[in-house]
Amino acid sequence: MLVLTIAAVLVVAPIAWAVSTSLRTPATSFDLPPHWIPTHPVWSNYSAAFDKVPLATFILNSVVVTGLIVAGQLITSTMSGYAFAMVRFRGQKALFAIILATMMVPLQTTIIPVFLLIRYLGLTDSRLSLVLPAVAGAFGTFLMRQYFLQMPRELGEAARVDGASHWQVFSRIYARLAFAPMATLAVLTYAAYWNEFFRPLIFLQTSSKFTLPLGLVSLQGYFGTGSVSIVLAGVVIALIPSVLIFAAAQRYFVEGIVAGSFR
Amino acid sequence: MSTVTQVRAPHTSGARTTPGSGRRRAARREAAFGYAMASLSLIAVFVFTAGPIVASFVLALFKWDIISSPEFVGLRNFQTLVHDQTVTKSLAVTLGLAVAIVALQVGLGLGLALLVAQRTSKVARTIFRTAFFLPLLASAASISIVMSYLFDQHFGVINYYLTMLHLPAVSWLSSTGGATATIVLVAVWQQLGFTFILFVAALGAVPPDILEAAKVDGATPARLFWRIKLPLISPSVLFASVVGLINAMQLFDQPYVMTKGGPGDATYTTVLVVYQTAFQNLQFGYASAISVLLFVVLLLITAVQFTVSRKWVFYS
Repeated sequence: MLVLTIAAVLVVAPIAWAVSTSLRTPATSFDLPPHWIPTHPVWSNYSAAFDKVPLATFILNSVVVTGLIVAGQLITSTMSGYAFAMVRFRGQKALFAIILATMMVPLQTTIIPVFLLIRYLGLTDSRLSLVLPAVAGAFGTFLMRQYFLQMPRELGEAARVDGASHWQVFSRIYARLAFAPMATLAVLTYAAYWNEFFRPLIFLQTSSKFTLPLGLVSLQGYFGTGSVSIVLAGVVIALIPSVLIFAAAQRYFVEGIVAGSFR
Repeated sequence: MSTVTQVRAPHTSGARTTPGSGRRRAARREAAFGYAMASLSLIAVFVFTAGPIVASFVLALFKWDIISSPEFVGLRNFQTLVHDQTVTKSLAVTLGLAVAIVALQVGLGLGLALLVAQRTSKVARTIFRTAFFLPLLASAASISIVMSYLFDQHFGVINYYLTMLHLPAVSWLSSTGGATATIVLVAVWQQLGFTFILFVAALGAVPPDILEAAKVDGATPARLFWRIKLPLISPSVLFASVVGLINAMQLFDQPYVMTKGGPGDATYTTVLVVYQTAFQNLQFGYASAISVLLFVVLLLITAVQFTVSRKWVFYS
């Protein structure tokens, strides 16, 4: 029990430090010993973070990009997962095998050609350049197919006998039953893309288009030895949505990790 | 003379001419529906993943700086690669970092999961799960900013507490060993929650009657672990190592933000090399060759892991 508590404290410590230091005046940021609980919290650091620095822009960009990616993945993966699980068409085994194979490919292998493609399409330095390549949800298709495979076919067959079209069987029956895997996929996709740094660094140039992680890192360079409190306030603000979503949807995070391991 | 009367199956629409064509048409309609449903994903995968993989291999055969036209150089990029010390050193550095990170991640995650499995209180379990999962919610890049403050040699909190415990202050980011250790610690700190949750779930799936029976037979906790728990969760251990290694071999955010590959090239990971070669030196062909090399290395490492796993992974 003691070991666990010490471990938990050590793990949470850096974040706790970031929160408490963000509430101190810049001059006292590095005072030692560190005051873990700020005696006079400087809440104005947070409003300053929005005034002095384009934090609101970074947040908006992250929300738009991540939101579009999550929506895109949900739509395409649910449809294709359903198709591979419940519909018969020629070559589906081979096509699914290809999708499965691409799941294993590391991001760094495709980044240069994707960059060149984005450039060729004239989409450099646009938020769309972050969204489009991310809609290719190989893992999402895999996940949704797994879930659809476990659903009884009789529901759909009965509906077909009653004259329902393929699309109606999907939209009226199976899609409605798929809330849990969709929630898992949404949560995992959010977690993967909200905190992204590598692709935004490569695809974006104008700071007004930066997403949060990129924006915060760029701030650090700009401020140098300047306002640590403001940078930390930004880091804490970036963390808040993730913590809220985690609090609300914990089981989907856990299910997502476990589902991925059943390959 | 016999009259053969043909019996036709009753049909509801007038278009069918032979029995079975209705079924074929239905099958075609179903197939069309299937293709349509899967089309968005398939197009996206082919355009943005499968295509680029092939393109990456092709691009590696060229020399291109984006400004002038690409020049075909065949395998020359790879010949240069093999002798390029920056690249070979980065592979060694990256592999070293990755092995250390995964070993700690899996070991600590498993250890903590075992300890938590003994706690019967649901409240305690939720608290610990939340605590260990918290780092995963932060972005590696912004957390690296925080860590570079904490690991600062003179003003950092970590050295402060070390000296309080009468231990020597470590020059974390300014020495080769220190920088390597920092990167490893930061990466492990963040990924711990992932292995922790994975192993908690795996341990939870171990049937309690087996454990009970073993305890009745007088098995010590160590025996319980090595002979029963570990074999039963070995598929998860394999998964954690394979995925962990693939991710760790692509380390970029932490060295980029904290050390920029330094001091010297002590933390100059291969993806960092690819990034600089392509996007700062504008050598897209050569960078592609490096990324192809890394891809092949990753495939080999994964293949080795799977082959070795046959000896120790137990599938019930």
